[in-house]
Formats: sequence, C-alpha cells, structure tokens
Amino acid sequence: MSDTITNVFICGVGGQGILLSSKILSALALNEGLDVKKSEVHGMAQRGGSVVSHVRYGQEVFSPVIEEQKADFLLAFEKMEALRWLHYLKPGGTAIVNTLELLPSGLDTYPGGLEKEIEERCERVIFVEAEKLAREAGSPRAVNVVLLGVLAGLVGRPAEKWQDTIRASVKPKTIEINLKAFELGRALA
Amino acid sequence: MVELLSGNEAVARGAYEAGVAVAAAYPGTPSTEILENVSRYKEIYSEWSPNEKAALEVAIGASFTGKRAMAAMKHVGLNVAADPLFSAAYIGASGGLVIVSADDPGMHSSQNEQDNRHYGRFAKIPVIEPSDSQESKDFFVRAFEISEEFDTPVLFRMSTRVCHALTPVEEKERTAPGDATYEKDFSRRVLVPANARPRHVIVEERLIKLKEFAESCDLNTEIDGDRTIGVITSGISYQYAREAFPGASFLKLGICFPTPVERIKAFAAKVDTVYVIEEGEPFIEEAARLAGVEVIGKEKIPLCGELNQRIVRESLTSESIAFSPAKVPGRPPVLCPGCPHRAAFASIRKLRLRSMGDIGCYTLGALPPLNAMDACVCMGASITTAHGMEKALGPDEAKKIVAVIGDSTFVHTGLTGLVNMVYNKATFTAIILDNSITAMTGHQEHPGSGKTLGGQETFKIDYEALAKAVGINSFACIDAYDVKKVHETIKAETAKEEPSLIVIEGLCILRNPEAGREPRFVDEELCINCGMCRKTGCPALSKNDAGDKSHLSAALCAGEVCNVCAQVCPKDAIKPLEK
Repeated sequence: MSDTITNVFICGVGGQGILLSSKILSALALNEGLDVKKSEVHGMAQRGGSVVSHVRYGQEVFSPVIEEQKADFLLAFEKMEALRWLHYLKPGGTAIVNTLELLPSGLDTYPGGLEKEIEERCERVIFVEAEKLAREAGSPRAVNVVLLGVLAGLVGRPAEKWQDTIRASVKPKTIEINLKAFELGRALA
Repeated sequence: MVELLSGNEAVARGAYEAGVAVAAAYPGTPSTEILENVSRYKEIYSEWSPNEKAALEVAIGASFTGKRAMAAMKHVGLNVAADPLFSAAYIGASGGLVIVSADDPGMHSSQNEQDNRHYGRFAKIPVIEPSDSQESKDFFVRAFEISEEFDTPVLFRMSTRVCHALTPVEEKERTAPGDATYEKDFSRRVLVPANARPRHVIVEERLIKLKEFAESCDLNTEIDGDRTIGVITSGISYQYAREAFPGASFLKLGICFPTPVERIKAFAAKVDTVYVIEEGEPFIEEAARLAGVEVIGKEKIPLCGELNQRIVRESLTSESIAFSPAKVPGRPPVLCPGCPHRAAFASIRKLRLRSMGDIGCYTLGALPPLNAMDACVCMGASITTAHGMEKALGPDEAKKIVAVIGDSTFVHTGLTGLVNMVYNKATFTAIILDNSITAMTGHQEHPGSGKTLGGQETFKIDYEALAKAVGINSFACIDAYDVKKVHETIKAETAKEEPSLIVIEGLCILRNPEAGREPRFVDEELCINCGMCRKTGCPALSKNDAGDKSHLSAALCAGEVCNVCAQVCPKDAIKPLEK
C-alpha cells in the first residue's frame, strides 16, 4: 500500500520558509485529486530550532507522518539539517540539499565534511546553491521555491500545475520572482 | 468544497457549523490555532481569557443561557480548569458545552505527557476523539448534539498530530444557533451541598445512559478485514495502526469514554488476537481487560512518547527496520537575535541569583550560555516557588532569590503569587519580563497587551498601580535594552528587605517595527576575543572564520533597537555600520 504513496520530508531551520514550500506541494497534490496529509509541529521548536514538515500524498493516506527510511525525497534547506534527518530517506531515495550553512547556537564553528558524509549516506543527492539562484531570480527569500523547483523536476507532475499552484500560494507582488526561482530550480533536476 | 485544514482549523469550522455562540481559550501549543480561527467567524463571540479556568467558566456561563459554548486549551490547561470542569459535570449543559483538550504526546512544547482522556472518566463526562481534520470538524458538531441530548459537558480530546496535521475537509453550512432560553434553576446551578448531592445521583444515572449510547454510537466504526488480527484503537493511533496492519479488522472508537465494552467483547469474539493500540495511557486497554477481554497492548507498545506506524509495527511484530541517524550537533531553540529578555538573564547570571522561572519563550534563558533559570514548574509557579524557597531558607537568603515571569504568564496565574508574596511578608524580588504579548505560542493578545483577540483596543494592565494595590512599595519599570540599568535595578531591588516588583519592558523583537535597522558589526581591530558578547547567547554572534575574533551576522542582527552586545563589550568593538 505504501508503494502508492509519495513521501516528501522537508527540513531546515525555523524561519526559512519551509511551511510555504510544504503548503504549495500539498495544494498541488490536492488539486490533482489525491489524498494528502501534511504534518508539522508548532511552538517551542520554531525559535531558531530544527523544523521539519512531512508531506504525504497518494490514493489513500492514513498516517500524517513519514516513518524512518520511507521518504522518497528529502528536501533540506540547510546542510546540517539534511544530515540530521537523512535516516528518513528510503534506500534509493533522493536528497535535495541546499548548501547553506547555519551555525547552531552553542557552536563556534561549523563542522566540515558534511557534504561528503551526506554523499556516503545516500545513493542520490543533488546539492543546490539555492540562495545564489534565489538572488538571481530576484530575492534571497525565494530559496524555498528554488528547492521546490528541483523537487518538481523529479516528481514529474506537469510544470503548469506547479506554476498555477505557486501563483495561488504566494503574495501577488512576488509571483514573477517565485516563478523564475521555480524554473531555475527545475532546470537542475 | 474540499480544503486542506489543520485539525485546529477544522474544529473552528465545526464550531461555526454547530452554531456555537461563545468560544473562549487561553493559548497553548498545540491548541492555539483553534480560537485564532474561530475568531475569523464573526458570528461567534470569541475571546482570549486570562487563563483556562476563566475560559471554561466563560463557556459555562454562556451555556446557562441555552446557547452553545466551547472552551479550548492544551492538556495542562485542563489542570488549571479542572475545578470548573468537575462542577460543570454536575450542572450539565443547557446549551451544548464542549471542552477541547489538545494533548501533546512527545512533549513538543510541554512539560508533561498527561493523557487527558482520564479527565473524562474522572469527571464522568463523555470523551470524543477525532483522528483527522474531517473528523475534527464532524465529531465536533456531533459533540454538541451529544452534550444537549444527555445534558452533559463533553470533552473533545485531540493530540498534536491531529491538531497540526493538514488533511482534506469537506465543509458544510452553519446551523442557525438557537435562541437564548435562560431560566433560573436553583437546584441545578447553585452547587451547595444540598443541591450537589442529588446532582451526583443524576450524574451517575446519566453515565449509565451514556454507556448504553456509546455501545451503539455512530462515532464508533468497524472495518471487517482479516480476522487473525483485530485492532481496537482511537484518535491518531488509528492512522498509525491502519498503516502498520493494513489488512486487519478494526474497531475504531470515536467515543472512548464511556468505553463501549460490550462492543469490544463482540469484536474480540470475531478475531483471533486483539491488539489495543493507543498513544499514551492504556485507557481503552484497561476497560477491555476489566471486562474480561484478553488483549495485547502496553506490554508491547511504548507508554512514553509519540507513536508512528513503524513503532506500532515493530512493537507487535518481529519486523524491524535498521537505521542509524548521523551524529550531528543539536540545534536547540534559542532566544531570537534582539530578544528583549537577554539583558535581564545576563544580569541574573552575573549576580548568581537563584532564579525561579516560568513558562514561555523566556524559559530558554535556562539554557547555556545564559544558564539563568533554576526551575520551571508550571504556569505561574515562579513567584510562589520563590516564596517557598525564601520561607525555607530564611529572610537573609531572600536577597539571592528572584522570580522571573513573562507578562502573559503573570496574568494567567502569577498574580496570586504576587498577592501571597506581600500578604505573607516575603522580601524576594519578582521580575516581569514584559514583551507585551503571548510570544511563545505565536503572538496572542492578553490583558497586559492592550488588545483583544479580535484586535480591538482595550484597557492595558497598569503594573505600577497593581503593585501598589497589592502592597508592593518598591516598584521599578525599566527598558529591557538598557543593560546597565537592568543590572543596577536587579542588584538594588534584590538587596532590599522588602518585596520588590521589576517590570522589564521591551516589545517582542518579532513584532518590533524597528528590528533590523542599523545592524551592528564587530570591528576586528578592537576585538580582543574576550567572548563577553557571545556569552549573551545571541544567535547573530559567533567566532570569525579564523576563530580569533567575534563575528556578528548583519543578516541576523536586530540592530540599533537592541545593541545589547555593544553594551557588554569592554572595548567598544561593536558598532553601527558606516559610523
């Protein structure tokens, strides 16, 4: 049964726009007539802590959370967070990892060698300089849509459907920037 | 129309559809969005009450009039509201009365993991449990019908993954609320012993009727699958169990108290092995065992923490998935860059005070590098625990004791502690960290913020007048970002042999329009790498790439409005850019 369900595990740091990207993905699946569940946790975790969002869609979805080793895609907004949650990715799944480094409180320097460890721990990883591409699109805040673009290129739904959902989900003033960010991401997949 | 709604949004929609007239709550994760969303329906009067006890009493009063009313809270909020809950159980419900309890298995944002289904059994009122957003809405409407049919308050028990998961919901129209039917009813509502004794008999008789009802209730459903395994479950556990045992037979309880034991017996008779799958306590399991049904439950399934489909499957079968999470440094939540609480905690640490803390964002002041909080017990406990410490240690030690509490928490249940402090002649110092909002739960108004849930201007508590009224003569109200003043004031007030109240004012930085203006930078020529700035625990500060100077991230720095790190720097190395 779980074979018919697509699991997308999204992770990053509070304030990175993770919830907008999971909202767009869920809305797209709902518009396609699929059953969708999306789960996240509010409250204490949002104060600069590690944040995750589970998105699951398919014919019939029961649990709102993805179990370990079952995510088809891991969309990571930050490198250390990718490694922290990588055990949710299934063998053969794809990790999409923003190369951004955000120093957690309590550390003086960011640990090295994370990209290598990520590569060792999963079969397929796409590193994305999402902030650079977002700036190219017109705003550093469009990182979330760049990453979503990479995912879109892999999950194989029609680009127009994504574009429509993005138009309906972002502020009117930022539609053009977000559509450009989406295309820059999609070109990488 | 089908929409993706969170369980909390769905309950709000359910309140609308059920024709609820009055809704009250105190914010608390994972329940907060319920009232935020109810307030979007202008047909419903909604309010943030100062605490959960007040919220439930507001709802009880509204129910007296024959109109439908609700109160929403997190699980521990129901402890605060337990007193009116037990009385409401005796009084019954003239207009439908439903209390939402949002439990937090896994303690994502809570101090304990209590399973509030027990409150239903304890107070002898029905407990309804939804397992997704559609049920959160539909069952909520049914809860009002059951409340009115059986003249009882109903406990609506949710949990984090029901509250905060978005699932598809089909909406319906609003039922027009009934007219007010208030009539004086001395024997029911005046709970003096002479009235309460016969009311207790009525409660017991009602419980027998509710038991019969639960046996055939439409909220309990069965799936006739493979009969080697029969699963009895409720709430979010149902979703995990359906994935763990896709082909099995299921008895899903939408009403888990009174527990329909006859139905459980009949279901158990049809299957070879019965699993009772519950997150939290063995609530259904104990009822089943008491009825003589042989089940497998908590001897296999964890009592502590959240479940998921993997944990359920691995607890009950020999299947297991091997995985090893990478070793990665933790990323704990932190006080935001520019948080107005930072200077106060830096001072408390420097003065080596015994700091009795409380619940809110500022609880993060307990973590390194600030380490400026010794205890955090429950909402409002800071002032009273500080009081108890002083009484145990003697008045000389009072000079080393402070209570630290946020503004919303102070109004919630801190105020009684302040009255007690003066009444019983304590001399420690109470500090209100006043950021003028309930910050931790996502910025809700409260009686100290000057606005209502609907955004209307209202009276804002005057802390100085309040201090005077309860008998505190030593009062100070200071700017949260004036590091020297904060330090000197705490030092001076704690030294006094009388009770003191300090209000440290600074808008939550996330709501401060000045945040981010004129970010600071570290002048590496002047920096001696003493680490004083980094000891404030601001996430904008780290070492530079070479590791020999401090570095301040311009993107994260709150700038001129804060300037706390610049004030603690002994070399004036932290400056505005281009100055």
